[in-house]
Amino acid sequence: MDLIHLTTPLFPEVVRGLAIGDMVDLTGTIVTGRDQVHKYLASGGKPPVDLSGLGIYHCGPVVVGKEGHWRISAAGPTTSMREEPYQAEVIERFRPGAILGKGGMGEKTRAALMAHDCVYLHVTGGAAQFLAERIVRVEAVYLQEFGQPEAMWVLSVRNLPALVTMDCRGSSLHERVREESLAGLNAAYGAPFTGGHPR
Amino acid sequence: MEEDRVYQSMHELIRRTCTDLPQDILDAIENARAAERAGSIAQATLDTILKSSRLSRERTLPICQDTGALLALIQSRPGMDVVLIEEAIRKAVRALTAEGILRQNCVDPLTDRNTGDNTGQGAPQIHCELADGPTVVRVMLKGGGSENMSTQYSLPMARIQAGRDFEGVRRCLLDAVHQAQGQGCAPGILGVCIGGDRASGYLEAKRQLFRRLDDVNPSPVLALLEQTVVAQANSLGIGPMGLGGRTTLLGCKICVAGRHPACFFVTVSYSCWATRRYQVELDTTGGIGAWI
Repeated sequence: MDLIHLTTPLFPEVVRGLAIGDMVDLTGTIVTGRDQVHKYLASGGKPPVDLSGLGIYHCGPVVVGKEGHWRISAAGPTTSMREEPYQAEVIERFRPGAILGKGGMGEKTRAALMAHDCVYLHVTGGAAQFLAERIVRVEAVYLQEFGQPEAMWVLSVRNLPALVTMDCRGSSLHERVREESLAGLNAAYGAPFTGGHPR
Repeated sequence: MEEDRVYQSMHELIRRTCTDLPQDILDAIENARAAERAGSIAQATLDTILKSSRLSRERTLPICQDTGALLALIQSRPGMDVVLIEEAIRKAVRALTAEGILRQNCVDPLTDRNTGDNTGQGAPQIHCELADGPTVVRVMLKGGGSENMSTQYSLPMARIQAGRDFEGVRRCLLDAVHQAQGQGCAPGILGVCIGGDRASGYLEAKRQLFRRLDDVNPSPVLALLEQTVVAQANSLGIGPMGLGGRTTLLGCKICVAGRHPACFFVTVSYSCWATRRYQVELDTTGGIGAWI
């Protein structure tokens, strides 16, 4: 499959050209945001940087060093679904071009992606070293009061690999796999355990 | 045992657990990769996982940025060694956090503040078991995403038509895998306890994750149940990271614990592909005698 190169800021016409199953790599600026950042942004908080067209990465990195000399030592995605209560509002208010994370998101986010030309990019969970290699620089850090993993880290990335799993046309690969696996589950339920039970 | 040697051993044990994916798990992921369709998303995902794990081993850096919550199980004769080991674990955790090997993963629920050094009330979690023979220390670093996918069933359960027998247990385990989809970082490993109580079930289920993936359960019926669940879970098509594919589970390890006649719990500890656990035997000075 051909790799689609994306650069931030992500413009709506670029996002509209993406479909689930597309493999992409992203170059430019992303900011990390986990539970605390999303709660803050969705409850009236102002983002310390202009998020329009950028990627919001569900990630709590391991960071070493100190102010001005930060180094990311591990940086894979966290489970996106925890941000479902907040994500739609964050997309509507601040218009990021992409949400990056793992595991996919729900109905509210799907609607927001469609309404505001945003895309969900799935990043391989746990692949912290492979992904940390693609982070070329820590540009800044904000909201450090939330603790190191929960702070907003502004990162320059080069060729960060990801998969489009929710596009702005309303398709979700996660939903498709869930439905297909439910059919599989019902089929498996039809074949009872043959080992019996000691009586 | 000598305080300093015990500390060095615990530092090395935890550092390795965080940065060096156990060989049996790497082997299982390699096999899974070979079983996936060439050029599929599933295969590309497993490739990324394998590349990343090799990098972390080479560089001695965290396999996953979620370096987990630490569980330590100490097996020892009665005596002061246990106290030394417990203190050494806490000290090593603080040091490894400062070194950037462990992420700051302990939040005080009272203040919502991160303690900053991975220690706090009840953290890290250390259990001690008195036993004859050499001193053994087992360490597991389990990530929060997979811990959130862990679950407990009380049978009978109408929703999934699970009765109080092994067929009911099978239905619970497949349901747990389906509910988790990719969110626990599939392909995962299930640690399972049939029986026990609400508390012991979770701990026993987690202990099962220390078993090597290629071992065979000494109970033939449990061995068959383990095999059945892995094969059927892999037929669901959830795949690596839940993006579709043939590998949803790398293993399923089941134990039993005596249950109250009124209770029939099936407890599932879901672990991600990056299942990080090692165990060592300590020699009489506190040095690492053997990796077991």
